[in-house]
Amino acid sequence: MSEVTLTIDGKTVKAAPGTLLIEAAKQAGIEIPQFCYYEGLTLQAACRMCLVEIEKAPKLMVGCTTPVAEGMVVHTDSPTVAAARKGTLEFLLANHPLDCPVCDKGGECELQDMVFRYGAGESRFTDIKHHVDEKQWSPVVFYDGPRCILCYRCVRICNEGMGVGALGIVNRGVLAEIAPNKGDHLECDECGACIDICPVGALTSGTYRYQTRPWEMEHVGTICTHCSNGCKTTLGVRNDHIMRGNNRDRSGINNEFLCIKGRYAFDFVHHEERLQTPLRRIGDKFEEVSWAQALEIVAGKFSEVKSRGGQFGVIASNHTSNEETFYLKKFAREGLGTANIDHHRTGDIATLLDSLSGKVNVLSTVQDLYKARAVLVIGSDLAQQHPLLSYQVRANFRHHSAHVYVVTPGPVREDKYAVKSVRVSEGGELAGVEGLRDLLAAETELTILYGDAIKGEAVRRLVTFADSLGIAVKYVPLVDYSNSRGAYDMGAIPGDGGMSYDEILAAPALDVLWVVGANPLKNRSLASKPFIVVQDLFLSETAKRADVVFPAASAYEKNGTVTNVTGEVQRLRAAAKVMGTKSDLEIMGLLGKEMGLALGIWKHDKIFAEIRGTVRGYNVPLPVITTGGAAQTAAVNGRVPPTAFPDSIRSARDTLFTSGSLTRYSKMLQSVRESPGAVYEG
Amino acid sequence: MAKKLFNEPSPLEVKVLSRRFGLDNSESLDTYLASDGMKAFWKAREMAPEQIVEEVKASALRGRGGAGFPTGMKWSFVPRNSPKPKYIVVNADESEPGTCKDRLLMEYDPHQLLEGMMIAGMAIDSHKGYIYIRGEYRYIIEHMDRAIAEAYSKGWLGKNIQGTGFDFDVYTHSGAGAYECGEETALLDSLEGKRGIPRLKPPFPAVAGAWASPTLLCNVETFSAVPAIIRDGGAAFAALGTPKNGGTRLLCLSGHVNKPGVYELPLGFNLMRVIEEVGGGMRGGKKLKAVIPGGSSCPVLKADECDIPGDYDSLAKAKSMLGSGGMVVMDEDTCMVRAAVRIMKFYAHESCGWCIPCREGTSWLKKILVRFHAGQGQRSDIDLIGDLSKSMLGRTFCALGDAAAMPTISIVEKFREEFEQHLGGACPYGKVHDLALTSH
Repeated sequence: MSEVTLTIDGKTVKAAPGTLLIEAAKQAGIEIPQFCYYEGLTLQAACRMCLVEIEKAPKLMVGCTTPVAEGMVVHTDSPTVAAARKGTLEFLLANHPLDCPVCDKGGECELQDMVFRYGAGESRFTDIKHHVDEKQWSPVVFYDGPRCILCYRCVRICNEGMGVGALGIVNRGVLAEIAPNKGDHLECDECGACIDICPVGALTSGTYRYQTRPWEMEHVGTICTHCSNGCKTTLGVRNDHIMRGNNRDRSGINNEFLCIKGRYAFDFVHHEERLQTPLRRIGDKFEEVSWAQALEIVAGKFSEVKSRGGQFGVIASNHTSNEETFYLKKFAREGLGTANIDHHRTGDIATLLDSLSGKVNVLSTVQDLYKARAVLVIGSDLAQQHPLLSYQVRANFRHHSAHVYVVTPGPVREDKYAVKSVRVSEGGELAGVEGLRDLLAAETELTILYGDAIKGEAVRRLVTFADSLGIAVKYVPLVDYSNSRGAYDMGAIPGDGGMSYDEILAAPALDVLWVVGANPLKNRSLASKPFIVVQDLFLSETAKRADVVFPAASAYEKNGTVTNVTGEVQRLRAAAKVMGTKSDLEIMGLLGKEMGLALGIWKHDKIFAEIRGTVRGYNVPLPVITTGGAAQTAAVNGRVPPTAFPDSIRSARDTLFTSGSLTRYSKMLQSVRESPGAVYEG
Repeated sequence: MAKKLFNEPSPLEVKVLSRRFGLDNSESLDTYLASDGMKAFWKAREMAPEQIVEEVKASALRGRGGAGFPTGMKWSFVPRNSPKPKYIVVNADESEPGTCKDRLLMEYDPHQLLEGMMIAGMAIDSHKGYIYIRGEYRYIIEHMDRAIAEAYSKGWLGKNIQGTGFDFDVYTHSGAGAYECGEETALLDSLEGKRGIPRLKPPFPAVAGAWASPTLLCNVETFSAVPAIIRDGGAAFAALGTPKNGGTRLLCLSGHVNKPGVYELPLGFNLMRVIEEVGGGMRGGKKLKAVIPGGSSCPVLKADECDIPGDYDSLAKAKSMLGSGGMVVMDEDTCMVRAAVRIMKFYAHESCGWCIPCREGTSWLKKILVRFHAGQGQRSDIDLIGDLSKSMLGRTFCALGDAAAMPTISIVEKFREEFEQHLGGACPYGKVHDLALTSH
């Protein structure tokens, strides 16, 4: 389509037909101020801040709903426009409480910024303002009506973005206000998207309110450590303490999306039960010991067992960085000489990659999910387990009318707009998919997301089915945790003759069990009585049975990289510091040093360089990673280990409000009434 | 039995739409059929849809809801060949202060409205009509429901009407007490069961109205004029009024005249003659001070501006509007500041709250005007009232903000001295007590 040429403030601007004036101006570097207009959400034209003068139009026009037209002459800097902006701001401030000095939003408030830029800072009003008291809708969400400018961003992000629709408008005129779905409280995802999208301080967060000012914090962009989706979260940090999480800069693969875990569940970092000193077992009690002592004990034990050819079992983490897992694998294989290393695998990546040998462009990214023409979800409640993927698919449907198909045991949020939802009993997933054959074959392309119900041979059958459709198909093997994908890719899987996760736990004569950032004994027993070494944040069920516990740093306290569910590598940046802890990498490095092993330097960037050089598919562009971008690992051709141990693959069935042990230590997550994760009644 | 009339008719009236007012059982189908009722229906059956629309165009009928948009043109905008269902929606949310004509048309002659709807249905290939009646008109809703039931029972609604093969269903729908729902798109949202707030336009209802389908939405009086237009020809109807202002309209005369009431007068009937001849002159022989010509949304006219023809174009020339026909006459004892307060209280109460200028503007203007009228005003408030009104004018989402701004601006400009008189500390007309400061 040919472009439209128009003039904005004397500048010749070209834009695609249908482009909204406000966007065309933005592309030309001209700001048209707005409150209610929000990219990606429905148009409102409610705030009247974006009024502009268009020649030949009888009155000022709204920039956010007026499409560009050939030959249009627009003025955004005329005295009439300036007066209109000032007039709108004057109205906005009329009832606004002007409690900026105590308002959380002060310093990053759009209304404040607008008034500084466009005037109306002095009031001409002397009458009494309309006041209503602040309301608490949930432990997370507070609403201060008088501050609200009624731009309806919150209503739309909740309804359109999240697919929840928990917010609405009640009353009319000056009494109009935002209201929660349950009258006096919210029952929703508690994601807090409404709070972050609020241009003023009307919606404030239960964790952040009255804690700090925005300019007192450092803002560290890192990757959320809770689920596998790999959302960028920007942590606001003051004095090494994380004050909040958000992604207002819309960086990362998630744009501004975050769920409750990404936005609020960072508080486990500062939980009072965090381990801050190494522990060693004396009888049935733990004794605090120094790092030197603990390292000496463990190194001594490891060396002794190794020298007598004893049996090691190493359980790696779904949460540690790629560098740490890589180093652990190296430690186990080269340092300890054992092939018994595995992690809690939650999805069958191995068989998929093997089945796709020789094919290219078959692994979907998070971004791809926003553009795919058709999406098939098998055996997963995306909104609960993969909120970002769910958000992307939903946005895809809203913006591009994507065809969505669902094959799940129970009802899921995608049902609302799916072309077809099929309910199957567990194990009947592939039969359900087969029933969609004709519909799917009529699509031009398809992206398949599958959960742990599809594993082993079922993966191969799924791929055969997809191949038979005769259309381009991409896959997302769904896994649970923040670095589940990395743990697999880094090789935390049994080597030749090595024992799997289940086999390690069931081994009759294990001498050493080394658990790094995992909790295998949470609800499982151990067949043997090995010497147990645990690296963890908390005294988990597994740590409680350990002989030595090292206090580890969380993902929010370290640098490195992680790989998300779609195989996209992103950078972790250390935000907080917790006294007494060390990163798993440092613990392993010191341990190796203590044992006299030559495992190489334990600096994350050096190890990442090694990963890029040696791990297939990980030769990702360094500039993308270092600047906070995401780079998908290249598809791997074959080379799947002798057995993928599909039997030990099981999802933890986490929900929006859980992610294994970490979330048990998030007070915010525990406090919302929807927790621990029963699907709330929407 | 003849129903008691709203007011005594005036000999100056030209009774077209109101011709059955006062007949025995005027609301019954029998009376309707006995007095030329449904003749237009049969005539329209013989006409091509385009001919019906052309006839309406020829009548120079303009929307009677207030905006005065040429009706025939509106009808021609409906994409007749759209595969979607098409709807006829009657705006009976008559809420404009000073306006009370639609209720009479529904009360005294409901079948005229139904006939008009059916003809509109033929013109745009619609088979379903809704009458959105303001909730406060509870008895009218029941009245209309009875008329609809009668029409169904006698084969004048439903499937295969009178064996013609034409199907048409009509439903009434109650408003819930919001003036805003008289705005056509807010009405449609409300009809669909949503919160009544106006929609973004375009698309206009003709293209995507009720349930995103083509919808012909007109005022009660507009639809009620259709049978006469089809029966007697568009040209005959047009000839009753002035050029481009066809026909007659029901004028709701209220205020300080001797004979207030609803009178059907040809378009272009001089406003002074309305007061003097139709309305029987000023009550108590007082002097005329101001006139609201067409409902409270219109800029007021001073006494010396009223000697003009009452048609859309003449009123526009006088920088006011013919509006919805609610003509409010105010005598020399009227406090214009109080009039401004009364008007702004209405709009502050009725603002839907969707857009900032209207929501904040009406509520703050109300506060300032109430205070000012109570004698607590300052000189700077006079300009502030004018300024704030202008901050609303033309900048709001829908016309409600304009409706609040226009009369206020005109009162401040034309009666500034009355504002200055209030600076003394009290209303010089001694009217304060009945305007409580607190109510919303």
